[in-house]
Amino acid sequence: MAAHVEQSALAAQQRVTHRRGGLWRDAARRFFRNRLASVAFVVLALLIFAAIFADVIAPFPYDYAVLSEATQFPSREHLLGTDAVGRDLLSRLIYGARISLLVGFSVQLIALVIGISLGLLAGSLGGWVDYIVMRGVEVFTAIPTVLFALFLVSVLRGIGAAGGPSNEVVTLILAIGLVAWVDICRLTRAQLLSLREKDFVLAAHAVGASRLRIALHHMLPNTLTPIIIAFTLGVATAIFTEAGLSFLGLGINDPLPSWGKMVAESTAYLRVYWHLGLFPTLVLAITMLSFSFVGDGLRDALDPQLNV
Amino acid sequence: MARYLLGRLFGLLLVFVIVSMLAFTMMHAVPGGPFDEEKAPLPPAARANLLRKYGLDRPLYEQYGLYMWNVLQGDFGISFQSPTETVIELIARTWPVSMALGGITILIALSVGTTLGLIAAIKQNTWIDYTVTFIATLGITVPNFVVAIWLLLLFAVRLQWLPTGGWGDWRTAILPVLAFALGPTALVARYTRSSMVEVIRADYIRTARAKGLGERVVIMRHALKNALIPLITILGPQIPNLITGTIFIEVIFRIPGLGKFFVTSVLLRDYPMIMATMLLVAMTWGIVYLLSDLLYTMVDPRIRI
Repeated sequence: MAAHVEQSALAAQQRVTHRRGGLWRDAARRFFRNRLASVAFVVLALLIFAAIFADVIAPFPYDYAVLSEATQFPSREHLLGTDAVGRDLLSRLIYGARISLLVGFSVQLIALVIGISLGLLAGSLGGWVDYIVMRGVEVFTAIPTVLFALFLVSVLRGIGAAGGPSNEVVTLILAIGLVAWVDICRLTRAQLLSLREKDFVLAAHAVGASRLRIALHHMLPNTLTPIIIAFTLGVATAIFTEAGLSFLGLGINDPLPSWGKMVAESTAYLRVYWHLGLFPTLVLAITMLSFSFVGDGLRDALDPQLNV
Repeated sequence: MARYLLGRLFGLLLVFVIVSMLAFTMMHAVPGGPFDEEKAPLPPAARANLLRKYGLDRPLYEQYGLYMWNVLQGDFGISFQSPTETVIELIARTWPVSMALGGITILIALSVGTTLGLIAAIKQNTWIDYTVTFIATLGITVPNFVVAIWLLLLFAVRLQWLPTGGWGDWRTAILPVLAFALGPTALVARYTRSSMVEVIRADYIRTARAKGLGERVVIMRHALKNALIPLITILGPQIPNLITGTIFIEVIFRIPGLGKFFVTSVLLRDYPMIMATMLLVAMTWGIVYLLSDLLYTMVDPRIRI
């Protein structure tokens, strides 16, 4: 009965929205009307493309070092110059995109799984479950992300002992993912708490739907918009954390390239070889800005009432 | 009120204890100790003596109990990486430097940030607004070590106006403070702007204008005061980040602050220093968190506890 009512209501709603072009098509139209967000979207698309096809695009392998060509300034042969051991900077930046994006998206996937499940538990069950989850959230906010991730990296590294290159990326993803869920958890919980008062939840209660069913089928879909936005912005934060850890020497190890590590290495040569510092920082900044603009654009497109 | 405060304090204490246990078990879960062969090449008997001296040969729960007991008496132990001074002395030597950096940053964030946000809100949708918004977005999203590199390239390498690093006279402080302050300033500017934009449209502002008050009084006394309230919740959680955020700035500008010890303590398995830094951060966070909530109830009488 409940399902039937819900379905016919849903069908009616779909008929209405369908005539207007659909929720997602509307959102897409609103998104691409925003010029800044569109440009940022294209930049991110290019970046993802470059990361996937790095092997084809990059002019050199990322670990191809020619010592006699070390620290060259940008030239026709090496568009962005070469680093201290003679590796092509452009190629390393392109491969670095692969690491950064891989870490960024994987971390947010982990964060989504942990954050949404804990947020759902806390928000729908309340009581002592909520109390425990919130204290957990507080523990993770009390210690800054970079510090906690730094700690976890060294723990995980010790446990995993064996350290092949893919292994160290996985370690990094796990370490950052285990601290990145807090925002999504808090968001999901807050959404659930505000939705709990809504009429449609009361209606679902009235027709006898279980608490789990209400949480999963009625409330969760309504939290989707803020979560999508948090995901986008969270990818940028994860990329920043990776760059920060690599900057401190606890992230990606040579010869794998990481933007953060390239920035750190450049500090020793900055006085003379400015290109070593400039290009990695530019790429990092452009990536972070693009994620931020896309996130803001999504917020405006998906939630026209909200204007922060 | 008293009941609420007690509840909150208990919650904070709980968080504090969990952080200490978590840090303690995590740091011992990392294989390798502070007196391993590669760090301290010693005969086995000497190593055993060292381990016994620092209580590292006992079971973990005993070590934890002992440590917390000592902490309660104000004894944080001796740093393994700098064995000539106690942890307290080490922190007392280095933390003021980081605090100065963070303190100036907060001052700049509050003064410059609110001013920029205010101007942007008043001149909404003009080029001034767009410029401020753009700089704010830049400051929020771009990591401070990236900004630091840009400042270094421009002012120290290209123009050679300022030194590239070190810590001493005021000229060495300009670039690190700028690099460090941009993020929080941007954050404050952005939130001041958005909350000002909202407040300016409120009914009581229209009333204030209707009674014939000057624009200056309306903006400064009626609007700004209310617009600044949300800042308390925005800026509060930033403060622990300000403490550890100096890590990058201190590395780049070679500043002798506490920042690098967050990293080296973990790397060198300097157990007393790891615990001290973790507890320090958790405590600062707890105090700021509680204070910002209390402050909130004070400035906004609609919120009762």
